[in-house]
Amino acid sequence: MKEIIMSLLTVFGVLIAATTIAAGLIWLERRLLGLWQDRYGPNRVGPFGLLQVLADMIKIFSKEDWIPPFADKPVFIIAPAVIMFTVLMTFAVIPFTRAVHVVDMNIGLLFFLGMSSLGVYSVTLAGWASDSKYSLLGGLRAAAQMLSYEVYMGLSLMGVVMLSGSFNLREIVEAQKGLWFCIPQFLGFAVFLIAGVAETHRLPFDLPEAESELVAGFHSEYSGMKFGMFFVGEYLGITLISAMIATLFFGGWLGPVLPPIIWFLIKMFVFICFFILLRAALPRPRYDQLMSYGWKVLFPLSLLNLVVTGGILLAR
Amino acid sequence: MNAVFYLSAFVAVIATIMVITRVNAVHALLYFIVSLLSVAVIFFVLGAPFIAALEVIIYAGAIMVLFVFVIMLLNIGSEAAEKEKQLLSPQAWTGPASLAAVLLGELIYVLVKGGSGAGGIGIIGPRQVGVSLLTKYVIGVELASMLLLAGLVGAYHLGRRYRKERRRTA
Repeated sequence: MKEIIMSLLTVFGVLIAATTIAAGLIWLERRLLGLWQDRYGPNRVGPFGLLQVLADMIKIFSKEDWIPPFADKPVFIIAPAVIMFTVLMTFAVIPFTRAVHVVDMNIGLLFFLGMSSLGVYSVTLAGWASDSKYSLLGGLRAAAQMLSYEVYMGLSLMGVVMLSGSFNLREIVEAQKGLWFCIPQFLGFAVFLIAGVAETHRLPFDLPEAESELVAGFHSEYSGMKFGMFFVGEYLGITLISAMIATLFFGGWLGPVLPPIIWFLIKMFVFICFFILLRAALPRPRYDQLMSYGWKVLFPLSLLNLVVTGGILLAR
Repeated sequence: MNAVFYLSAFVAVIATIMVITRVNAVHALLYFIVSLLSVAVIFFVLGAPFIAALEVIIYAGAIMVLFVFVIMLLNIGSEAAEKEKQLLSPQAWTGPASLAAVLLGELIYVLVKGGSGAGGIGIIGPRQVGVSLLTKYVIGVELASMLLLAGLVGAYHLGRRYRKERRRTA
């Protein structure tokens, strides 16, 4: 009985923490962008503008939730739910500390890859169901971009799997006791980071929603809370990728003095801030540049990383 | 675990029936994805978590995305749905139904004979799958990789020719 209550507490704790962090990121991103671009950002509602999140929530909940008459209604409604579902499901396999995790799955890493490949449907189906040309173009771009970058994402992680000898995320963290994998797997780390940006379709790789050419891309026709779900889903995606980078390459909860969960959160937030810095600093590439960069640079690099890691492991 | 197995098997059957009877191609594909996901759950319950994960990553997550991608490009309208409706006439069902009846007969035979279920084998991890793929079934892996290589070369060839022609016309 006690175990059931504990696991229920972990499940809801993780869900609430993930969504709260994701909602808080909306404020953090605007604040940090303001800082880096030499302006204020939201600073009127509450101390440091912290209540801006609350104000945004009230606004988004009370807006009219409009479904265009030409849209494919069931698919239009399912699409935003898919992204929330797949990202939140993935948080189940992340080990926050040695003891705090929802499930300790043998194939945790593959579960992450599977869920992120299902996440593609959200954006693609949203683009198709909206039945508008901008949405469709955004959806097509999203499908091709995310499908390609998934390949390098999976390949870049195989080096980590080789070194730790497991798909289990907890064992991967334990294997980093001596040395974090960001050093022996630097190439894998770099490829995973870039693929992670493309997978969450964040700037500079936000071509599915490039507002200068496609209005708002795949979510042009969305409004109210359905748009809100895409919005929060994107921030959940950033949180997830940052948590994965911390787990796979930077030793997860490992660290001296401070309690493990604090170390995990520190590492995660460093990468979240890095994601936001990328948005502040880099312009958007052209679509063909994005695709050829992926297939001609990242793909060979991740294969090279795989061959070299395998060779060194065999020689040892 | 038996209940989970039967539930996901039920979902798989219903979803597959829906795939065949939908007139809208994208809706049919969505049901197909559900069907693949429930097959993945069946694999997981039977003690093959690695295969379950691959089913989700490769079939549901990659191949079906390509299907959806192509159908999005085709811009299928309501006329296609009308055509599809005509395809689903009673005569069209006889062929697949008789083939499916053979399978059903086999299934009933196996159930009546009391064939050993796959439940008692235990959990097959990624390591065992990898080892048996590269030792016992290495010929199959090599043949599959040759087939994929041929496909890759073919795709490259098609893409290449298209680019040359475009350059000539421009």
